[in-house]
Amino acid sequence: MSIGTALPHDAATLHVTGDARYTDDIPTPDGTLHLAFGTSEVARGKILTVDLDAVRRAPGVVAVLEAGDLPHANDVSPSVHDEPLLATGEVHYLGQPIFLVVAKSHLQARHAARLGRVKVAEERPILGIDEALAANSRFEDGPRIWTKGDVDAALKDAPNRLQGRIEMGGQEHFYLEGQAALALPQEGGDVVVHSSTQHPTEIQHKVAEALGLPMHGVRVETRRMGGGFGGKESQGNALAVSCAVAASLTGRPCKMRYDRDDDMMITGKRHDFRIDYDVGFDDSGRIHGVDFTQATRCGWAMDLSLPVADRAMLHADNAYDLPTCRITSHRLKTNTQSATAFRGFGGPQGVVGIERVMDEIAHATGLDPVTIRQVNYYAAMADGGPAPRPLASPRDISGQKKFGTTPYGMEVTDFILHEMTEALLVTSDYAVRREAIKAWNTQNTILKKGIGFSPVKFGISFTLTHLNQAGALVHVYQDGSVHMNHGGTEMGQGLFQKVAQVAAARFGIDVGAVKITATDTGKVPNTSATAASSGTDLNGMAVAAACDTIRDRIAACLAELHQARVEDVRFADGKVDVGATSMTFAEAAMCAYQNRVSLSATGFYKTPDLSWDRIKGEGRPFFYFAQGAAITEVVIDTLTGENRILRADVLHDAGSSLNPALDIGQIEGGYVQGAGWLTTEELVWDAVGRLRTHAPSTYKIPACNDRPDIFNVALWDSPNPAQTIYRSKAVGEPPFMLGISAHLALSDAVAACGAGYPDLQAPATAEEVLRAVNRARA
Amino acid sequence: METTFLLNGETVTAQTGPTTTLLDWLREGRGMCGTKEGCNEGDCGACTVMVTDDAGAKALNACILFVPQLAGRAVRTVEGIAAPDGTLHPVQRAMVDHHGSQCGFCTPGFVVSMATAHLNGRQDHDDQLAGNLCRCTGYAPIIRAAEAAATAPVPAHLTDSPDGAGDLMPLDDFAAWYAENPKATLVAGATDVGLWVTKQFRDLGEVAFLNRVDGLRETSSTPDALYIGAMVSMTEALDMIAAEYPSYGAMIRRYGSVQVRNAATMGGNIANGSPIGDNPPALIALGAQLHLRRGRVLRQIALEDFFLDYGKQDRQPGEFVTGVTIPRGQDAHRVYKLSKRFDQDISAVCGAFNVTVVDGVVTQARIAFGGMAGIPKRASSVESALIGHPWVQETIEAGVAAFAQDFTPLSDMRASAAYRLEAAQNMLRRYFAELSGAATDVQAVQP
Repeated sequence: MSIGTALPHDAATLHVTGDARYTDDIPTPDGTLHLAFGTSEVARGKILTVDLDAVRRAPGVVAVLEAGDLPHANDVSPSVHDEPLLATGEVHYLGQPIFLVVAKSHLQARHAARLGRVKVAEERPILGIDEALAANSRFEDGPRIWTKGDVDAALKDAPNRLQGRIEMGGQEHFYLEGQAALALPQEGGDVVVHSSTQHPTEIQHKVAEALGLPMHGVRVETRRMGGGFGGKESQGNALAVSCAVAASLTGRPCKMRYDRDDDMMITGKRHDFRIDYDVGFDDSGRIHGVDFTQATRCGWAMDLSLPVADRAMLHADNAYDLPTCRITSHRLKTNTQSATAFRGFGGPQGVVGIERVMDEIAHATGLDPVTIRQVNYYAAMADGGPAPRPLASPRDISGQKKFGTTPYGMEVTDFILHEMTEALLVTSDYAVRREAIKAWNTQNTILKKGIGFSPVKFGISFTLTHLNQAGALVHVYQDGSVHMNHGGTEMGQGLFQKVAQVAAARFGIDVGAVKITATDTGKVPNTSATAASSGTDLNGMAVAAACDTIRDRIAACLAELHQARVEDVRFADGKVDVGATSMTFAEAAMCAYQNRVSLSATGFYKTPDLSWDRIKGEGRPFFYFAQGAAITEVVIDTLTGENRILRADVLHDAGSSLNPALDIGQIEGGYVQGAGWLTTEELVWDAVGRLRTHAPSTYKIPACNDRPDIFNVALWDSPNPAQTIYRSKAVGEPPFMLGISAHLALSDAVAACGAGYPDLQAPATAEEVLRAVNRARA
Repeated sequence: METTFLLNGETVTAQTGPTTTLLDWLREGRGMCGTKEGCNEGDCGACTVMVTDDAGAKALNACILFVPQLAGRAVRTVEGIAAPDGTLHPVQRAMVDHHGSQCGFCTPGFVVSMATAHLNGRQDHDDQLAGNLCRCTGYAPIIRAAEAAATAPVPAHLTDSPDGAGDLMPLDDFAAWYAENPKATLVAGATDVGLWVTKQFRDLGEVAFLNRVDGLRETSSTPDALYIGAMVSMTEALDMIAAEYPSYGAMIRRYGSVQVRNAATMGGNIANGSPIGDNPPALIALGAQLHLRRGRVLRQIALEDFFLDYGKQDRQPGEFVTGVTIPRGQDAHRVYKLSKRFDQDISAVCGAFNVTVVDGVVTQARIAFGGMAGIPKRASSVESALIGHPWVQETIEAGVAAFAQDFTPLSDMRASAAYRLEAAQNMLRRYFAELSGAATDVQAVQP
């Protein structure tokens, strides 16, 4: 049985030998041209003149395109057609593409792109949140506001009340493979595009618009990405469209890849947020009401900012049953890169808001921070622990027990963090260590330790309901080998391996007999982005459906031939048993082929039980919740703010894991990436809107030594009560939020320096930690 | 230019310009795409290759390694790590078994770094892999793989025996040539000059590769002093310096990464005059002397006198750095490097302290900082506030108060001016606390 087995990533051997082929590694035909953008040097203004003579004269340059040279649509937006590929009359951020260089080599294109002379009548850019609010520069007419109960009365009547603010920076994806695309012109004006994208259908759609073709004229293929993290959900559009247009105009293959600095200057990042809170609570720390005001800089174009900001609102409760609340969300339009999807998709920012509230309540009451959280948790799924509810819909048990309701009116029926928290407190030896840290701190004046706890409850499903669908195409060849294809993309998360394990299990064969193939819009159409952690949930189900169709056909054929009942045809261990007869799967496939049975099938899946009104903030946007908890211990230097993660203990819920090794990999990686977001990863724009941190020399993702010294990661292995593929749970995004425990641990360490609340902002660079130390001592 | 070297065991001759990078040559010239470009500036390690010469095998970043620097050396790329029959190298096997790759794009660089460390018997994995960034795994499974492979024997095919570059240019000849050609660009390790090419598209004009010059890689040790030649790599310097000055050695372990230290040179780090180079403050605090040469004229100056102003050094046209002399035996020397990330990050502030206390009174003080001014600079007012006073907290506070007379630092993406000043002041407090025996190092704390 391949399900639940810790098999390596399907491409692991290709990775370690350098044989794994990424977009820029695909051998190109002779005569392939290379592209680079000339970009804006100012953040906002009207273009007066564009002098490209020197660009055209530069060695190797074949063509230079401006907006007016584009044959059809000049748009690469994934949402509201507000994102021209090349600027038209105005520039909206420093780094915006203005012209496109087509040259004989990558270096020649990059070199020539620097030679443009663009005169811009500069206008004062809107850069910060306060500037944008003052100018009413926003997407949508006004803020989105969701309410639950009478929060004003609750705040007024609560025994205790406090207000505060946390600002959290954005985050550069820093996928190791930069954005890349290659377009190969075909006969009759068609084009084949290789793109490093999480969303081949979107690439197909935008390329078709740009070329004035029906979507059937464009085929997009993606074998793998060198990391995505959301940064390749929409940000690859510009490169793919550029390549396709240039290929169409020149008749030659065209390739584009961003140099790292270009990548960071041009593409969007995680949304930064400022969250104000006003919370009322009693002496036990139980929250009576909380009023959140979330403000985020969306950048110059809408991109995916509305659903990102929605998801921040949807996770403003995290794991806590808030009796009353109000969430106000400002989606601000600023002259910066257009912020985009990034692992968690706004969720982490919402979670940081409420975790900050918990941290400050704990500080104010003097109660244990874990206790404060437990007091506020949603009601447990079931008394007596995490017993699964196989087959029954979670709703069926709602009559027996009073469940909590989210601020958006969804009943939380699968909450297991009570049990998980208790287990983690034991395995991490929390109580003893907390006392030991207190003692250690009394003996150390310069260094201080801290410990932090954070849970996560993350809603699984696209909040745009129609995206919750997937397709698959499976072939069984006459030798019994299987060709598997689906709409999901591989960015390192192990989706292909997990889904191959599903296919192998459906046929009862070894996973090695299943060929994993590149995502291809010509094989499976109308796919959703591989995003929202949903890749395995959706595509695993679709592949299972396709496999079952073929398997059932084989079974019917064999049953008829052997005068057996279809139910008595069994597929297991590479064999097919029909009553007393046993044959290999290959023999069964050959037999079916010779009996003229179709061994090819599509599969389709749509997530059930979803309904959502994003304007009202009401409904059931999620199929289920994935959960987890982490405890992190840190040490800080109170002289410089330098700090280090000493230990992290993580317990995470992947349902019944399809592949524990891949799931643990997502958890470890997600934790470190989340901790990086809140510590060393700082995006800095200067006063004119130029991003000053646009390369790894200035933007610091975690390095090897930054991982916790002791890093205990375990799976909470219990079946998903929702009917997912083999009762597994999505695991891509949720563990990212476990890194929040590192930020809380830093806050705890700072709190050991004095009586004041540390008011630690994010990212908690050494500089910010030192500021917080000074606040605590003030 | 024509450059002959070994590539995965076979002799090749590359025809390139002087500043064609090995990475571009491999990927575009040879169609060998296993080696990846992640940043094109030597900060991510995705392009790591193993380069062997008479000093042994080392990991280098191919994106800022010019092909002519490879003359007579051996290059092993990820394609040459597995055995010719396809058998995976122990680190490759372990990376598969321990799930050390996810997206796989950083993996070739990790594998080459790991194989090089394995060849050299290094098991300080965090240091050996500090120059390889991974965005997927959180590093834990990679370290598990490195540990699992540590005791496996080194496969025979990995040991390269390059011919060597043949005769080097005598130092006298080079000195004469450079005096005649003072506009030429001198390339030492190319960890900085490489970026002039890959990021700024600067035309370097005439280029002189100093690794082809004899007599710049000398080191010596006498009872009084260490001498480190200009072309001694930071890896080689680390071993010498750590033995004499452990705190300085600990700082060099954070200087760039293994790949950067294997390329970067002591002379380059000084001669480029950067206000944030990490060696100058440490060396100034030790009273190091700099050796310069122009034609036949040799000159020796106090290192702090070399740095005149931002971008301006006391170096005449045609003059070049030949080495540095470091006095020995100064036990109170401490170096504190402050950066956003612990490893492989450019300093926001780098402070070096060397205070002599006799009978409880400060008799000498040499304190220098990087990142606090346009040049690496001594804190002379702070020093004055200490000298002649008892070595007590009160004196330290007087020193702290004097910082504003010495420095008006800038704000940039690494740190604000206020933080730089406060952190620099607190480094003096840390220095006092550390010499008094207090715990001051977060890296030394155990979970």
